Amino acid sequence: MKYAGLLVMPAGFFLTIAALVLFPDAAPREAFVLCGLAVECLGLAVAVRGHMEAARGEGR
Amino acid sequence: MNSTPITDAAFALCLALLLLAPLAIAGVALINTGLGRCRSAAQALLGNLAIVAVTAIAFALVGATWIGGAGHVIQLADRPWNWLGTGSYLVGGLSAASAHAQLALLSEFLAVALAALIPWGSGADRLRLTAGCALAAVLAATVFPLLAHWVWGGGWLSQLGVNFSLGAGFLDGGGAATVQVLGGLSALAVVWIAGPRRGKFPKEGLSTALPGHNAVYVLFGCLLALVGWLGWNVAGALLWLHVPLSALPVTAVNTLLSAAGSLVATFAVTRFRFGKPDASLCANGWLAGLVASSACAGIVTPVESLFVGLVAGIATPLLVELLELALSIDDPSGAITVHAVGGLWGLLAAGIFATQPGQLVAQLVGIATLLGLVLPLVYLLFWLLNRVVPFRVDADGERIGMDLHELGGGAYPEFVIHRDESYR
Repeated sequence: MKYAGLLVMPAGFFLTIAALVLFPDAAPREAFVLCGLAVECLGLAVAVRGHMEAARGEGR
Repeated sequence: MNSTPITDAAFALCLALLLLAPLAIAGVALINTGLGRCRSAAQALLGNLAIVAVTAIAFALVGATWIGGAGHVIQLADRPWNWLGTGSYLVGGLSAASAHAQLALLSEFLAVALAALIPWGSGADRLRLTAGCALAAVLAATVFPLLAHWVWGGGWLSQLGVNFSLGAGFLDGGGAATVQVLGGLSALAVVWIAGPRRGKFPKEGLSTALPGHNAVYVLFGCLLALVGWLGWNVAGALLWLHVPLSALPVTAVNTLLSAAGSLVATFAVTRFRFGKPDASLCANGWLAGLVASSACAGIVTPVESLFVGLVAGIATPLLVELLELALSIDDPSGAITVHAVGGLWGLLAAGIFATQPGQLVAQLVGIATLLGLVLPLVYLLFWLLNRVVPFRVDADGERIGMDLHELGGGAYPEFVIHRDESYR
């Protein structure tokens, strides 16, 4: 699960780059940059969730 | 590398300020040591010293080559994307370089040392000395030069203003992205890979409190860090933001106000939550204010800087608690909250308070690069490194302490160390 989250995060980054390249107007560019960040946050949340399970499961 | 002309007065001032910047490294080293356990104190402080040495060598041999020069440019959508520097090999020709280029390289030598110290604090009490040095070498040779070139060396992030009309491009005068967030995200990767300290998160019940062993080290480290940060932010404003000399005192005042606001807020939050102010959390709050100021001290007004500090100070104790209790992240130095979150907040605030149109989007693109590209890249590199140089000490080493296990002697040989209840 942690690795899935870490794989989602670059997708958000590339969405942000695509926003720069594809949208010359400010409003859609901002919206897509924010969408890219939202995808990254989602990936981070999944990765953190995966880590929680591992940390608690080990019970060191 | 940017070779903007610099006057003799500005050169002398910037050099003097950069020679103060190692105090920030000393401060963070003391904080890392004080927040760890007493049976790992000597190993922690020696590790800080070794990391500074290793990063200097790795950066001189490899990293500096990728940071300056005209850079490799690819064309995408009819726009240039400068993604990798083409500096001289082995810091060659440094004495013949322009004054600005020499100062920039000195600043980067210090910056990479501080960035590599941050994950060492998070891996306290379980990270092997060789692993700390190895991950510092990886950061200094690969990720730091790449990011520093993008932000400081004329790379694509710094050119967002020219190429996409996004304000003045991604702004990071004091190294909030290249040092603090990089260090904080590296700390997260280290904590994920090394795992929590033994006994920290039992299978049932709440997490075990493993408090730092020396609050005096931690708080004195905060005072040292203030001096270093003042030097760092003011020198950065000169070098990277090209602020005029007359505006430098405001940058210093902003740095102080951000730290002050943050400390007061953390003091109030911890007093409200626990009945008494918490020394280690207040230290984290102070440092978070300094970290946030790294991004925006050269850009915002004093009142805005105070606001930035207040927000950082309120968020820090709450996030430290959230990471430990809710997310099972064992971060003894609080580096993930202080450096990663504090730095990201500072970068965002620089965009919010900027007057140029498009600056907020430029800052958001920089933040997206840090979260979406730098964190997975650092995690991948550290994960591979962990296969070659295992990060974590064995169970016996963790039980007797890193000092005895790795150095053969403790930092406080005359102290009687009590039995650790978490090993029952």
